[in-house]
Amino acid sequence: MTAADAAPPPPPPDEAAVRTLELTKHYGSSVALSGLTMVVPRGEVFGFLGPNGSGKTTAVKLLLGLSRPTGGEAWVLGHPAGDRKTRSRVGYLPELFRYQGWLSAAEVLGLHCRLAGIARAEWPAQIAGALSTVGLTGHADAKVETFSKGMQQRLGLGVALLGNPDLVILDEPTSALDPVGRADTRTIIRGLRDRGCAVFLNSHLLGEVEQICDRAAVVADGHVLAIGRLDELLGSGGVRMRLTGLTDVGRASLARRGTLAEHEGWFVVNGVDADAVPDLVAELVASGARVYAVEPVRQTLEERFLSLVEAEQARWQR
Amino acid sequence: MAALTIARLTIREAARRKLLLALAILTVIVIGLTGWGFQHLSTLTNPDGSQIPADELRLAVSQVLVFVEFMFSAVLALSAVVVASPAISSEFESGVALSMLARPVSRYQVVLGKWLGLAALIAIYVAATTTIELLVVDATTGYVPPGPVGLALYLIGEGFVIMSLALLLSTRLSGMTAGVISLVLFFVAWIGGIAGAIGEVFSSAAITNAGTISQLLLPTDALWRGSVYELEPILYRDVLGATTERAGNPFFVQSPPSVAYLVWAGCWVVLVVGITVWSLHRREV
Repeated sequence: MTAADAAPPPPPPDEAAVRTLELTKHYGSSVALSGLTMVVPRGEVFGFLGPNGSGKTTAVKLLLGLSRPTGGEAWVLGHPAGDRKTRSRVGYLPELFRYQGWLSAAEVLGLHCRLAGIARAEWPAQIAGALSTVGLTGHADAKVETFSKGMQQRLGLGVALLGNPDLVILDEPTSALDPVGRADTRTIIRGLRDRGCAVFLNSHLLGEVEQICDRAAVVADGHVLAIGRLDELLGSGGVRMRLTGLTDVGRASLARRGTLAEHEGWFVVNGVDADAVPDLVAELVASGARVYAVEPVRQTLEERFLSLVEAEQARWQR
Repeated sequence: MAALTIARLTIREAARRKLLLALAILTVIVIGLTGWGFQHLSTLTNPDGSQIPADELRLAVSQVLVFVEFMFSAVLALSAVVVASPAISSEFESGVALSMLARPVSRYQVVLGKWLGLAALIAIYVAATTTIELLVVDATTGYVPPGPVGLALYLIGEGFVIMSLALLLSTRLSGMTAGVISLVLFFVAWIGGIAGAIGEVFSSAAITNAGTISQLLLPTDALWRGSVYELEPILYRDVLGATTERAGNPFFVQSPPSVAYLVWAGCWVVLVVGITVWSLHRREV
């Protein structure tokens, strides 16, 4: 057998929080996830974006060993996905967050301390810390069945934080939270990143992802459409100007720097490099134009997301 | 160990959801009523006012006690099925299993924990009801069955068998479906046992074999018969055992289950728990 015939060796144990290689999941003839290949470095907040039914939760379940892949491989914290010992270093808030309603919040946290294998001496501090972080200290002894959905989701986030995990997987962590709760969650996620914990954020709330994620992947119909740092995903942006007296020379200067569009008296140049903007303004002034305003334009994640998903849908319809 | 944590959780759930309290209250009421009945039974006289011979009274008390224990056995089986059938499926349906199974917990630990917790509940229920009932019967009539410990052990074994079956079905079916199937099989096995007894008396190999097969497939009825044996006065076994009146009588047993059969019943439980582990291991969340 030649080297070329040999199966590719598995990647060596590395420091990535999550690494997947052609990870695939079929349910009968339906494709839930198709060839997911990605790396989530440690200490980063990674956004996993996609419309409903795009395979986000399937990917999470595969990473946690709750479901078995039909193809490909995945490693979590350097070990095969689902490895039992590794799961003690992973916190998880499911999209369908439910906890024993007949237990109190503190008892649910105590139960998960036991299941996570946390040393008994650490339980009081872990439970108090989790309750405090998610703002439930005053409800420690209340039965979970008396909690609102938002409080239950906060509790779930507290459960995910137990044991100072190296990776926290949050599946739609703010779906039941009010704006204050969402802001609190963002603060918690930033705190996790600051202490070196990777956060895998499964969400379709793009504004949220844009505010806190370092990197993101966009998935649809089980396929990865784009993956990378947010600034890479969003492109180089552009600039928009309010001008009068634009001559043909000035218009040519704008068109040379990027794609030119006019909208309600504004001239928008997409794709222009930020460093080239001062020269562009100087050229316009020299050509006789009067410049009243210059504003950077950046594609929002939502715009980028929609363009990617629409392009994918158009590709399938062809 | 995670299995013990889950076992404790199962027992705590039964307590918090007031299952134990409800059973305790109902048991006290039922035992109170049966105690009142046994008290009156012991003071009955013949229509002509003469005393009923002690042996006859003893026989009557033993028979009523078999009926009472049959009721406890049925309550035990029904309760075990009602509690075990949704034990795993409800956690999958509600989503509780998602956060639990994402922890460093093996699926076998989940099954073992659930089984141990439910088994403890069954053992507590049987030990409490049997002890109190027999003390009440002793106090009111002076009758003590020949095998009180054996009675409790057989009932516990019966509970373990039906609970194990319901728990297995709970890994794949909804609580409602698993419960109905378990109960149907429980009563089919009971009828199978009666059929087997009839076949034995009338020397019908086909009916006897059908009964034997049903007892091998689901050992609940055979274990119930073991508990009946432990309740019967020895004299009664010898007298009635020699007649054909015992044919099909589910409340009379001439001989206890063989040691080989008890070993098989133990193996049956181990096998079913093993299949439960395999079934849960294969199930995707």
